[in-house]
Amino acid sequence: MAENIKAIELSKKQREISISEFFTRNRHLLGFDNPTRALMMVVKEAVDNSLDACTEMKVLPEIYVEVKQLSEDRFVVIVEDNGPGIVKQQIPNIFAKLLYGSKFHRLSQSRGQQGIGISAAVLYSQLTTGKFTKIISKIHPKKPAHYFELHIDTKRNEPIIERDHEVEWLKDHGTRIELELEARYQKGRQSVDEYIKETAIVNPHTKIIYVTPEKEKIEFPRVTNDLPIEPKEIKPHPHGIELGTLMRMLKDTTSTTLSSFLQNDFCRIGPTVASNICEEAKLSSRAKPGDISSQEIESLYKILQNAKIIAPPTDCLSPIGAELLEKGLRKEIEADFYATTTRPASVYRGMPFQIEAAIAYGGELEKESAVRLMRFANRVPLLYQQGACGITEATSDTSWRPYGLQQSGSNIPVGPAVIVVHMASVWVPFTSEAKEAVAHYDEILKEIKLALQDCGRKLASYIRKNVKAKEQKERINLFEKYIPELASALSNMSNENKSAIEENLKKILSKNMSKLNESIEGNENDKAES
Amino acid sequence: MTKQKVKPKEEIELFGKKLVSQIEKGKNPEIIFPLRNLSNIVYDKKTKTLRLGDKKGARSFFNVAHTKKFLQTVEVASIIKKELLDSGKHEHLRGVFYISKRTIPGTNINIVDDQTESDKAIEDLEVITGLSREQLHVSANKMGSLVGNIILEDSGDTIDCSKLGRGGYSIPSITDELSFKKVNAKYILYMEKAAIFERLNEDKFWQKNNAVLVTSQGQTTRGIRRLLQRLSEEENLPIYVLTDFDCWGFYIYSVIKYGSIALAHASERLTIPGVKFLGITADDIVNYDLKKHLIKLNEQDLTRMKQVSEYEWFKENKDWLRQLKMMKEFGAKAEIQALSAKGISFISEHYLPEKIRKKEFLD
Repeated sequence: MAENIKAIELSKKQREISISEFFTRNRHLLGFDNPTRALMMVVKEAVDNSLDACTEMKVLPEIYVEVKQLSEDRFVVIVEDNGPGIVKQQIPNIFAKLLYGSKFHRLSQSRGQQGIGISAAVLYSQLTTGKFTKIISKIHPKKPAHYFELHIDTKRNEPIIERDHEVEWLKDHGTRIELELEARYQKGRQSVDEYIKETAIVNPHTKIIYVTPEKEKIEFPRVTNDLPIEPKEIKPHPHGIELGTLMRMLKDTTSTTLSSFLQNDFCRIGPTVASNICEEAKLSSRAKPGDISSQEIESLYKILQNAKIIAPPTDCLSPIGAELLEKGLRKEIEADFYATTTRPASVYRGMPFQIEAAIAYGGELEKESAVRLMRFANRVPLLYQQGACGITEATSDTSWRPYGLQQSGSNIPVGPAVIVVHMASVWVPFTSEAKEAVAHYDEILKEIKLALQDCGRKLASYIRKNVKAKEQKERINLFEKYIPELASALSNMSNENKSAIEENLKKILSKNMSKLNESIEGNENDKAES
Repeated sequence: MTKQKVKPKEEIELFGKKLVSQIEKGKNPEIIFPLRNLSNIVYDKKTKTLRLGDKKGARSFFNVAHTKKFLQTVEVASIIKKELLDSGKHEHLRGVFYISKRTIPGTNINIVDDQTESDKAIEDLEVITGLSREQLHVSANKMGSLVGNIILEDSGDTIDCSKLGRGGYSIPSITDELSFKKVNAKYILYMEKAAIFERLNEDKFWQKNNAVLVTSQGQTTRGIRRLLQRLSEEENLPIYVLTDFDCWGFYIYSVIKYGSIALAHASERLTIPGVKFLGITADDIVNYDLKKHLIKLNEQDLTRMKQVSEYEWFKENKDWLRQLKMMKEFGAKAEIQALSAKGISFISEHYLPEKIRKKEFLD
């Protein structure tokens, strides 16, 4: 009989799918969907990790990136940093185990979030070339450097260590990763080159040396020695959690009563708010967190969502700052005028975030094509999925015509400009794991628009003045050319002496010209101030 | 007519000297003259003419918005003085355009880019100096013919306009200097269409009816208007106008009678308040059974009709309002040639003699 039961038959085919296997089949979810993008993604994941590590160690980052072309579709990517290094035991887990990381369980503004990125890069390398990923890491000048060659066991999501020994390494501390992969190298808006350039713009405290596949060495200099303010870790805000998270938190907490759980594991909840919440949820403030039934948790969750609780602290954020953003932009984008804005911090769904925007205008920038929009989240350039991104929507929805750019309908404006938008948050809401597009939350869109409008106003006043000054110069030039013509015509009409008329006209112009010159200089002074 | 006696050469010289003296005093040279846009066009009910109002505009050299037009005006004045008035020669509007069309050294700017600019500058000069274009020795394309019992003198030649065959006397652009030696006619018939002129000439209409026939093709030129005005004033001849039954035809009549917006500054020398409209009228359409030959009004006709009925000189005339109303009711217009459907010489043998005998005119 047993053979006839379908469920039993089916059960033979049912087994756990490891996360590694899942991503093997769904690499597009991580952004590895085509060879060009894969190359950019591998560099990006490695560089993001390096920058995060340097931030944690409070060291000015110095990052070396090399992309070597082995054959038409075979590349080696090397990324080396001067970060804190990784202790020997953790190296395999960090690079060769998906969803292993330090950042998922805490709320702090960082580049990485889930602990997928770099191991996904390793997985991609393994899948396309079968080669091992080579890691060197050193944590102290007096400690040895460790060399690893790693693979991922895709069924068990566990590292496979092929080689592991000590090596000589001249660096005091840091990490170096070398991966071989199938890829394609292209130039343009979505290239490795662009990713590194944009990274340099929003990380003005970083020095990057980049060796291109064409063996050209490009140095992106550091323009400030000030480290970014270290982002503080914060506890979740009640408005920003999901029911499942609340359940897990109740189970995992070390607090012994509901009241202390609320106060210790969340931000912005004090004794009074905690006891009000317990009362409203008809739960004892001394109830054991682990004993609360799932029905009770659901009602507690609803009450937490609606409770009047002040917004989360925003000092946990580390914006680039208007001044440094401008410095970063100036060194990579040549233009006549720059404007930057840092908005005050704001909150979406209990998550603090802050928007910064910048505009570079004029110079050699293309006049007749769409403005180049550079999107950043926690100092990481977003090069793909521009159309799906909330930053794009907010930019298109802003009316740019009053600010001196052309725009048809709700589209990206047209003109000689680069627009930069940076979102800093403890949790950037991406539309997918490839982390290329910011989700469309109203609060976020509104803040972006306000930041862009502020930059826009500065741009408009620059354009007005600049155009005026240019016109005045042209005006003087024009009159100078017209005077001989007028003098000659008037002389024909009146039989008066031509050169006398011409001299007198020149005198009138020079009297006016001194006035015109003053105002031109005035404008240039204004420009220097802005 | 006092203006006619002024010496144009001296007038231009005076204009130049005024500007030079402003410059000597260190002032931004400035020309002040009446505005010529629609807002400054006044319909003078007393004289029944269009004239310029009192609004004045100033044009100065050291003003970016004015400087090019300022230079154009002065340049054209200088050309007229030096090339025409000093030598006693005449030049065409087109010729003046070519003389003034130069590139300013060191720039890519032309003093004038197309003829409308030099034409405008000449009109400005007329307003500024009070001299007419004809006095400035500038002529336009001649257009139009005259036939009838008139003997006139043109530049020393005596011309008998009854002996000029099918073409008739070709009316020059400037008619101020013509003199009428002998005029033997009861009235002047002016028609919009040269084709009708040819028809009437072939039928010897002017002989049989002792009339003078004048035509242009389309808009009536200044030369023709001046000629008609002089014939009306100097020879005391009534003038009848024959146009198509459409708003463009109506406006041709109104320009001859009241003056035009573009040339309001010259109304005094061009308008003929006594002129009468002979046809084609809406009543003619009914009386002569022309309804079969109507042409449907198009979009442009309707727009023009709206504009025309807004003009003060039409708005206050019941007869004209009635014509416009009937045209609207027909939803159609008609050409003079529609009369040919009644017979090739119907117009000369029946229509015109009958209309004139019955004095069926619109004022």
